[in-house]
Amino acid sequence: MARVLLFGRLSDVAGWRERTLDAGAGSIAAIRALLAAEDADLGEALVAPGVQVAVDQAIVRGDLVLNAASEVAFLPPMSGG
Amino acid sequence: MIRLTDQAFDAGALLNDFCMGRIESGAVASFVGIARAEAGRAVALELEAYQGFTEAEIGRIADGARTRFGLDDALIVHRVGRIAPGEAIVFVATASRHRRAAFEGCDFLMDYLKSRAPFWKKEHGPDGARWVEPRPQDHTDVARWD
Repeated sequence: MARVLLFGRLSDVAGWRERTLDAGAGSIAAIRALLAAEDADLGEALVAPGVQVAVDQAIVRGDLVLNAASEVAFLPPMSGG
Repeated sequence: MIRLTDQAFDAGALLNDFCMGRIESGAVASFVGIARAEAGRAVALELEAYQGFTEAEIGRIADGARTRFGLDDALIVHRVGRIAPGEAIVFVATASRHRRAAFEGCDFLMDYLKSRAPFWKKEHGPDGARWVEPRPQDHTDVARWD
Protein backbone atom coordinates (compact mmCIF):
# COMPACT_ATOMS: atom_id res chain seq x y z
CA MET A 1 0.00 0.00 0.00
CA ALA A 2 1.24 3.49 -0.69
CA ARG A 3 -0.10 7.01 -0.83
CA VAL A 4 0.66 8.50 -4.23
CA LEU A 5 0.82 12.27 -4.81
CA LEU A 6 1.01 14.02 -8.16
CA PHE A 7 2.11 17.62 -8.65
CA GLY A 8 2.01 20.24 -11.38
CA ARG A 9 1.15 19.05 -14.87
CA LEU A 10 1.06 15.41 -13.71
CA SER A 11 -2.16 15.94 -11.73
CA ASP A 12 -3.69 17.65 -14.79
CA VAL A 13 -2.82 14.61 -16.94
CA ALA A 14 -4.17 12.15 -14.37
CA GLY A 15 -7.22 14.12 -13.25
CA TRP A 16 -6.35 13.42 -9.60
CA ARG A 17 -3.87 14.67 -7.07
CA GLU A 18 -3.75 12.00 -4.40
CA ARG A 19 -4.61 8.31 -4.23
CA THR A 20 -3.97 5.30 -2.07
CA LEU A 21 -2.85 2.22 -3.97
CA ASP A 22 -3.36 -1.15 -2.33
CA ALA A 23 -2.10 -4.42 -3.70
CA GLY A 24 0.97 -4.50 -5.90
CA ALA A 25 2.40 -1.12 -4.97
CA GLY A 26 5.54 -2.51 -3.38
CA SER A 27 8.09 -0.39 -5.23
CA ILE A 28 8.33 2.79 -7.26
CA ALA A 29 8.59 0.75 -10.45
CA ALA A 30 5.48 -1.23 -9.48
CA ILE A 31 3.53 1.98 -8.88
CA ARG A 32 4.62 3.36 -12.26
CA ALA A 33 3.53 0.11 -13.94
CA LEU A 34 0.16 0.07 -12.15
CA LEU A 35 -0.61 3.66 -13.07
CA ALA A 36 0.58 3.20 -16.66
CA ALA A 37 -1.64 0.13 -17.08
CA GLU A 38 -4.77 2.11 -16.26
CA ASP A 39 -3.75 5.41 -17.88
CA ALA A 40 -1.19 5.32 -20.68
CA ASP A 41 -0.89 9.11 -20.85
CA LEU A 42 -0.06 9.26 -17.16
CA GLY A 43 2.38 6.37 -17.55
CA GLU A 44 4.22 8.36 -20.18
CA ALA A 45 4.11 11.61 -18.17
CA LEU A 46 5.61 9.87 -15.12
CA VAL A 47 8.77 8.98 -17.03
CA ALA A 48 9.08 12.29 -18.90
CA PRO A 49 12.46 14.06 -18.63
CA GLY A 50 12.95 15.89 -15.35
CA VAL A 51 10.29 14.04 -13.35
CA GLN A 52 11.69 13.22 -9.91
CA VAL A 53 10.32 10.90 -7.26
CA ALA A 54 10.24 11.59 -3.53
CA VAL A 55 9.54 8.87 -1.00
CA ASP A 56 8.50 10.15 2.42
CA GLN A 57 9.55 13.63 1.31
CA ALA A 58 13.10 12.72 0.27
CA ILE A 59 14.18 12.63 -3.38
CA VAL A 60 15.02 9.09 -4.48
CA ARG A 61 17.06 8.12 -7.54
CA GLY A 62 16.39 4.71 -9.06
CA ASP A 63 13.91 2.23 -7.65
CA LEU A 64 13.06 1.65 -4.01
CA VAL A 65 11.07 -0.96 -2.12
CA LEU A 66 8.21 0.70 -0.26
CA ASN A 67 6.50 -0.08 3.00
CA ALA A 68 2.77 0.12 3.70
CA ALA A 69 2.91 3.70 4.95
CA SER A 70 5.12 5.14 2.22
CA GLU A 71 4.21 8.45 0.65
CA VAL A 72 5.34 8.55 -2.96
CA ALA A 73 5.34 11.88 -4.77
CA PHE A 74 5.97 12.37 -8.49
CA LEU A 75 7.47 15.81 -9.05
CA PRO A 76 7.66 17.35 -12.53
CA PRO A 77 10.35 20.00 -13.11
CA MET A 78 10.01 22.66 -10.43
CA SER A 79 9.10 26.14 -11.57
CA GLY A 80 10.39 28.20 -8.69
CA GLY A 81 8.10 30.71 -7.08
CA MET B 1 11.88 31.17 9.19
CA ILE B 2 9.86 29.88 6.27
CA ARG B 3 6.12 30.36 5.97
CA LEU B 4 3.79 29.30 3.15
CA THR B 5 0.35 30.87 3.11
CA ASP B 6 -2.72 30.82 0.89
CA GLN B 7 -3.78 34.21 2.25
CA ALA B 8 -2.77 37.66 0.97
CA PHE B 9 -0.19 39.26 3.26
CA ASP B 10 0.94 42.78 4.14
CA ALA B 11 4.63 43.02 3.23
CA GLY B 12 5.03 46.30 5.10
CA ALA B 13 3.75 44.77 8.31
CA LEU B 14 6.07 41.76 7.86
CA LEU B 15 9.06 44.07 7.41
CA ASN B 16 8.08 46.09 10.44
CA ASP B 17 7.82 42.98 12.62
CA PHE B 18 11.09 41.66 11.25
CA CYS B 19 12.92 44.86 12.25
CA MET B 20 11.28 45.12 15.65
CA GLY B 21 13.55 44.60 18.62
CA ARG B 22 16.79 44.19 16.66
CA ILE B 23 19.50 46.00 18.52
CA GLU B 24 22.58 44.24 17.14
CA SER B 25 21.70 43.76 13.44
CA GLY B 26 22.62 47.03 11.81
CA ALA B 27 21.14 46.10 8.43
CA VAL B 28 17.89 44.67 7.11
CA ALA B 29 17.28 44.13 3.39
CA SER B 30 13.97 43.01 1.94
CA PHE B 31 12.36 42.10 -1.33
CA VAL B 32 8.71 41.83 -2.37
CA GLY B 33 7.71 39.94 -5.53
CA ILE B 34 4.34 41.00 -6.97
CA ALA B 35 2.14 39.17 -9.47
CA ARG B 36 2.09 41.02 -12.81
CA ALA B 37 -1.05 41.60 -14.87
CA GLU B 38 0.97 41.37 -18.14
CA ALA B 39 -1.42 43.87 -19.73
CA GLY B 40 -4.40 41.58 -19.17
CA ARG B 41 -2.67 38.38 -20.33
CA ALA B 42 -2.44 37.11 -16.75
CA VAL B 43 -5.71 36.74 -14.89
CA ALA B 44 -4.17 34.87 -11.97
CA LEU B 45 -1.19 32.82 -10.93
CA GLU B 46 -1.63 29.49 -9.21
CA LEU B 47 1.23 28.15 -7.14
CA GLU B 48 1.35 24.62 -5.86
CA ALA B 49 3.71 23.46 -3.12
CA TYR B 50 4.41 20.04 -1.62
CA GLN B 51 3.57 20.72 1.98
CA GLY B 52 6.44 19.80 4.27
CA PHE B 53 8.85 19.08 1.42
CA THR B 54 8.75 22.64 0.02
CA GLU B 55 9.33 24.27 3.42
CA ALA B 56 12.16 21.83 4.19
CA GLU B 57 13.94 22.46 0.87
CA ILE B 58 13.67 26.24 1.21
CA GLY B 59 14.78 25.95 4.84
CA ARG B 60 17.89 24.07 3.78
CA ILE B 61 18.83 26.86 1.36
CA ALA B 62 18.03 29.55 3.92
CA ASP B 63 20.32 27.82 6.45
CA GLY B 64 23.05 27.74 3.79
CA ALA B 65 22.54 31.46 3.11
CA ARG B 66 22.73 32.24 6.81
CA THR B 67 26.13 30.58 7.04
CA ARG B 68 27.46 31.76 3.70
CA PHE B 69 26.63 35.44 4.17
CA GLY B 70 26.82 35.55 7.96
CA LEU B 71 23.17 36.52 8.36
CA ASP B 72 21.67 37.09 11.79
CA ASP B 73 18.25 36.08 10.53
CA ALA B 74 16.16 35.47 7.43
CA LEU B 75 12.41 35.40 6.85
CA ILE B 76 10.71 34.00 3.77
CA VAL B 77 6.94 34.23 3.33
CA HIS B 78 5.60 32.69 0.13
CA ARG B 79 2.10 32.54 -1.25
CA VAL B 80 0.55 29.34 -2.53
CA GLY B 81 -2.80 28.86 -4.25
CA ARG B 82 -4.39 31.45 -6.49
CA ILE B 83 -2.77 34.89 -6.61
CA ALA B 84 -4.30 37.92 -8.32
CA PRO B 85 -2.24 40.53 -10.19
CA GLY B 86 -1.00 43.17 -7.77
CA GLU B 87 -0.82 40.77 -4.83
CA ALA B 88 2.51 39.95 -3.23
CA ILE B 89 3.80 36.47 -4.08
CA VAL B 90 6.91 36.42 -1.97
CA PHE B 91 8.53 38.40 0.82
CA VAL B 92 12.17 37.93 1.81
CA ALA B 93 13.96 39.80 4.58
CA THR B 94 17.51 39.31 5.79
CA ALA B 95 19.28 40.82 8.78
CA SER B 96 23.01 41.15 9.36
CA ARG B 97 25.48 43.35 11.20
CA HIS B 98 26.40 45.26 8.03
CA ARG B 99 24.49 46.01 4.83
CA ARG B 100 26.46 44.01 2.21
CA ALA B 101 25.59 40.63 3.74
CA ALA B 102 21.90 41.56 4.06
CA PHE B 103 21.72 42.71 0.40
CA GLU B 104 23.59 39.69 -0.93
CA GLY B 105 21.72 37.19 1.23
CA CYS B 106 18.39 38.59 0.06
CA ASP B 107 19.51 38.60 -3.60
CA PHE B 108 20.77 35.01 -3.30
CA LEU B 109 17.56 33.77 -1.67
CA MET B 110 15.41 35.36 -4.38
CA ASP B 111 17.52 33.86 -7.19
CA TYR B 112 17.14 30.46 -5.57
CA LEU B 113 13.40 30.87 -4.95
CA LYS B 114 12.76 31.94 -8.56
CA SER B 115 14.62 29.06 -10.16
CA ARG B 116 14.93 26.02 -7.91
CA ALA B 117 12.39 26.14 -5.13
CA PRO B 118 9.85 23.30 -5.19
CA PHE B 119 6.81 25.08 -6.55
CA TRP B 120 4.70 24.39 -9.62
CA LYS B 121 3.31 27.49 -11.23
CA LYS B 122 0.34 27.85 -13.52
CA GLU B 123 -0.58 31.06 -15.27
CA HIS B 124 -4.26 31.61 -15.92
CA GLY B 125 -4.93 33.90 -18.88
CA PRO B 126 -7.98 34.88 -20.93
CA ASP B 127 -7.36 31.89 -23.24
CA GLY B 128 -6.81 29.26 -20.59
CA ALA B 129 -4.03 28.09 -18.32
CA ARG B 130 -0.43 27.05 -18.89
CA TRP B 131 2.32 25.67 -16.68
CA VAL B 132 5.26 28.03 -16.32
CA GLU B 133 8.90 26.99 -15.99
CA PRO B 134 11.90 29.12 -15.02
CA ARG B 135 13.15 31.52 -17.72
CA PRO B 136 16.74 31.10 -18.98
CA GLN B 137 17.49 34.36 -17.14
CA ASP B 138 16.40 32.76 -13.85
CA HIS B 139 18.96 29.98 -14.37
CA THR B 140 21.66 32.52 -15.26
CA ASP B 141 20.81 34.56 -12.17
CA VAL B 142 21.12 31.63 -9.78
CA ALA B 143 24.32 30.37 -11.47
CA ARG B 144 26.05 33.61 -10.38
CA TRP B 145 26.26 32.14 -6.88
CA ASP B 146 27.81 28.74 -7.82
